[in-house]
Amino acid sequence: MASLHTDQKYEKELQRLRDRVVIMGGSVEDMLDGALRAFAARDADLARAVIERDRGVDQLEIEIDERCLQVLARRQPVASDLRFITTALKIVTDLERTGDLAANICKRVIELKQLAPAEFELPIGRMGAVAQGMLRNAIGAFIKRDAPRAARVMARDESVDDAYAELFPTLLQHTSGDQESLTRSQALQSVGRYIERIADHATNIGEMVVFMVDGEDVRHASLRPDNATAH
Amino acid sequence: MTAIASSINAFRGVASSVPDATRPVETAAQSRLEVASKKIEVEKLHAFFGTAEVLKGIDLPIYSTKVTAIIGPSGCGKSTFVRCINRMHEVTRNARTTGRVLLDGRDIYARNVDAVTVRRRVGMVFQKPNPFPTMNIRDNVLAGLRLNGLSTRDGETIVEQSLSRVALWDEVKDNLGRSGASLSGGQQQRLCIARCLALEPEVILMDEPCSALDPIATARVEALINELRERYTIVIVTHNMQQAARVADFTAFFYMGELVEHDQTKVIFTRPGNQRTEDYITGRFG
Repeated sequence: MASLHTDQKYEKELQRLRDRVVIMGGSVEDMLDGALRAFAARDADLARAVIERDRGVDQLEIEIDERCLQVLARRQPVASDLRFITTALKIVTDLERTGDLAANICKRVIELKQLAPAEFELPIGRMGAVAQGMLRNAIGAFIKRDAPRAARVMARDESVDDAYAELFPTLLQHTSGDQESLTRSQALQSVGRYIERIADHATNIGEMVVFMVDGEDVRHASLRPDNATAH
Repeated sequence: MTAIASSINAFRGVASSVPDATRPVETAAQSRLEVASKKIEVEKLHAFFGTAEVLKGIDLPIYSTKVTAIIGPSGCGKSTFVRCINRMHEVTRNARTTGRVLLDGRDIYARNVDAVTVRRRVGMVFQKPNPFPTMNIRDNVLAGLRLNGLSTRDGETIVEQSLSRVALWDEVKDNLGRSGASLSGGQQQRLCIARCLALEPEVILMDEPCSALDPIATARVEALINELRERYTIVIVTHNMQQAARVADFTAFFYMGELVEHDQTKVIFTRPGNQRTEDYITGRFG
């Protein structure tokens, strides 16, 4: 556990910034939870409530960016403080986009509301649950400064990618020529894509948490010198 | 000791030596930059004022034509360290050292090494700009040569070259007869660096060279350091960590007379390997 800064005002600035990132993370987690429940239940009212929350997440992104800018300009942070600030700057973008994607799921839910869930949609629900767990663990790893937990988030991304790759043939199999079927498949395909991207954003957050804690850049493994020949 | 007395002593000295044949400890920076050549190798360096030990066995390489910053809290031994590597430490009463400081592989504390020659090869710039107040600008530049009994036959060329290297020539070329003390603080510090360069040193030690300067003058000196690194090996003591981050290739963190960590500056300021370094540079030091 790192000791506190001698300058208590600086310590409070960083603590306040950390708190705002945690609040933003919690809001986005709630949005995703609501979006997945709205999708499963075809609950248009819940979907609209989730969409309403996106504005608050966007405001938090602006506020956190401004706080980071002020700390960079006035404190010239280095070492772990610098890694924390750069991580905050980057993960708020992932969180904001995750909020957008949760809102997009809700928009598709509103389109789908007349069409009851079908059994072949179940893999989408499972993908959603995995992505939700990844996001929860990525934010938890940020809060607890837990690099191994963040690394486990990264390891799960491939399973979501694989599930998404299997979704399109499944949907194709269940798509007939009528307008209703096409509309359903198109919306479901989009929801699957949004979830896959949410898992990517959770992975990005996990990578930044590893950097924040250990100072190690684990992005793009194939570009690192020790893996130069791997692609 | 006054700043001016320090300045004069930088060109003069007495010999003493306590050689130590022990091998240096490899630092993280050394292992990461095996290709850079070492201008200076400090081995098991201990420094004392009377019975007080202010440096406790420092092993540190100083790489050729690189800038090495020495950082650490007050009293950690930063200034003593740089004064040991041009034999200025021994000028202070009751001060002594043990260990070795190898300059191009040769121990500067060996019995047959002349301290004055060492100080000519390893020049020094001090915290407070200290031009000799009774001398004009021209004589200030040539002061080191004269104090060392060296020829100033090519004085005009030396003056122009030295002042040009510190980007002061254009500002003072029409007023070389003016007192050095009439210049601004930043100009005075560049004049002192020019005085150091006139002796054609190989290494320049800078002990908080910008602490008395405003931000613009500081920026000029830092730009100058950036140019001087092409030809000279530079060691800079600084309390300003942003300055170390801006100008240094390597940074060494000292604490209570010990070298805690030495590495490339880009490593020290983003992911230091030692918790004490981390605490110091992030302002968590009690």
